Amino acid sequence: MVNKGLRATLNVTGVLVVLLALWEGYRAAALALGNTWPGTDVALPIVVRGSGNADQFPHIWDVAAAFGRPYRGGGELLSSFLLGELAYTMREVAVGFVLGVALGFLLGVLFRQSSLAERGLMPYVIASQTVPFIAFAPILIVAVNQVEILPVWMGVAVLSMYLVFFPMTINTLRGLRAAPATAEELMRSYAASWWTRLWKLRVPAAVPFLFVGMKIGATAAVVGAIVGEISAPSSEGIGGAIFAFGRATNNAVQLFATTIVAGLLGIATYLVVVLLERSVLRVYEGKRS
Amino acid sequence: MIPSDGSTASTAQNDAPVGAPSDGGEALVSVRDVTKRFGDGPDAVTALSDVSIDVPAGSFWSLIGPSGCGKSTLLRVMGDLIQPTDGSVTVGGRTAAEARRARDYGMVFQKPTLFNWRTVRRNVELPLEIVGMGKDERRKRAEVMLELVELGDFATKRPGQLSGGMQQRVAIARALSFEPSLLLMDEPFGALDEITRERMNDELLRIWQRLQTTVVFVTHSIPEAVFLSSHIIVMSPRPGRVLAEIDVDLPYPRSEDTRELPRYFELVTEVRETLREAQQL
Repeated sequence: MVNKGLRATLNVTGVLVVLLALWEGYRAAALALGNTWPGTDVALPIVVRGSGNADQFPHIWDVAAAFGRPYRGGGELLSSFLLGELAYTMREVAVGFVLGVALGFLLGVLFRQSSLAERGLMPYVIASQTVPFIAFAPILIVAVNQVEILPVWMGVAVLSMYLVFFPMTINTLRGLRAAPATAEELMRSYAASWWTRLWKLRVPAAVPFLFVGMKIGATAAVVGAIVGEISAPSSEGIGGAIFAFGRATNNAVQLFATTIVAGLLGIATYLVVVLLERSVLRVYEGKRS
Repeated sequence: MIPSDGSTASTAQNDAPVGAPSDGGEALVSVRDVTKRFGDGPDAVTALSDVSIDVPAGSFWSLIGPSGCGKSTLLRVMGDLIQPTDGSVTVGGRTAAEARRARDYGMVFQKPTLFNWRTVRRNVELPLEIVGMGKDERRKRAEVMLELVELGDFATKRPGQLSGGMQQRVAIARALSFEPSLLLMDEPFGALDEITRERMNDELLRIWQRLQTTVVFVTHSIPEAVFLSSHIIVMSPRPGRVLAEIDVDLPYPRSEDTRELPRYFELVTEVRETLREAQQL
């Protein structure tokens, strides 16, 4: 067990080191070549210019150091600013994820119980995901913000939910159909009600599938929240920070630092679901004793 | 070897249907002119054609026949799991649907169909939970049933930790836990090796005699059908219908010795020859 954990850590660290080396290697090569392909004046795909804060392709250590420095000419440190924005975004992610999982589960149950509902609504559920959600994110957020009793961040949470519910619906439905035919016959022979069939057979049989839906949903929730913040008029949260730093010309270091935080948020959200899955499956499979 | 003193006493009553004509006992299950077609039009398959049988209360009947003879379909029609195209089934004077809602059926399939998210004991409790029995009572009942199939020590294990034969014994305990009047078994030992199958046959007879229930048993093993049954229905394929009925006049309780009786071999031969005719039709 310890050995396995150690190996996994070494693997992850190894890949990270390789990525950082590639980053710095490219940067050094681009500078040495004067940002063009050797012997031509065709520009490299990413141009490395200048130095320090205005650098479009900063050193890794400059990005790391940026967390410990004020993010705009004095005052608050970037790390403490980003922590505040992170908390804001995490609330949207959490609420969007929970709402999306609940909605997806309920739709899955509805479609399992009623093929009429499935045939009638499923095309719309699929259509809802084929529309590029970036296109109507601002409309959705503004619409939710019209409802005055809801806090401002709720608009972004709803967008996050919008991305979560779809994989959850599909996987719930698959899971609820996963019980073998004889198990369904068995419940029928007991004259079990649909409610009993649902909770004593179909939902327990669906548990591994529910976690597949939740794991896809976890990363989708973060994508939804950050894209939502970038499109939202309020410009709050990690997405708001990315938007603000991205618009200015001399904030590359802060932009990269904020993007790293966004990435970490995605990984952390996924890991929370994985940990939940592990503890639930331990009880489910009876591996405690 | 098999029957305990307690079950010997009940043997006298169970002897009654043996050797008696099938319409002599009081019928628990009456299948009347049952026809089952799957699909419509030219693609329709007739799985059962005009099947009529009467299973007396307390008897052990087997349905035997080659694959595709509709024996599993007949079992499912009896259990109200599928509807006949024509004809009717009554159980103790009720329609099959009423009987199912009254929980008259215990079902055992070829696959044990145990829920691995429950312990062995909680699997046996499942029908009791659905019937609405209180927690303490159903726990006690499940433990008694597990003792009956000699798995008392495995109550807290998960089904996946048990062998195939043990899993099937749990399935039998579960099917009998709520005391259904009719046990429907669809090739329950078909996936087991020969030695385990014979042991399971001995156990099933012991349990049947102890509980005095009625069993309809689907199999394609001739020795199994002869050893277990008081009466055998031989079915022919395409369309499935009753080809012959054979009374098994071997006395209960049966044991290892029964498998060596000349009469046992005669009956095995008789069933085999009847089945061979069925293949040639």
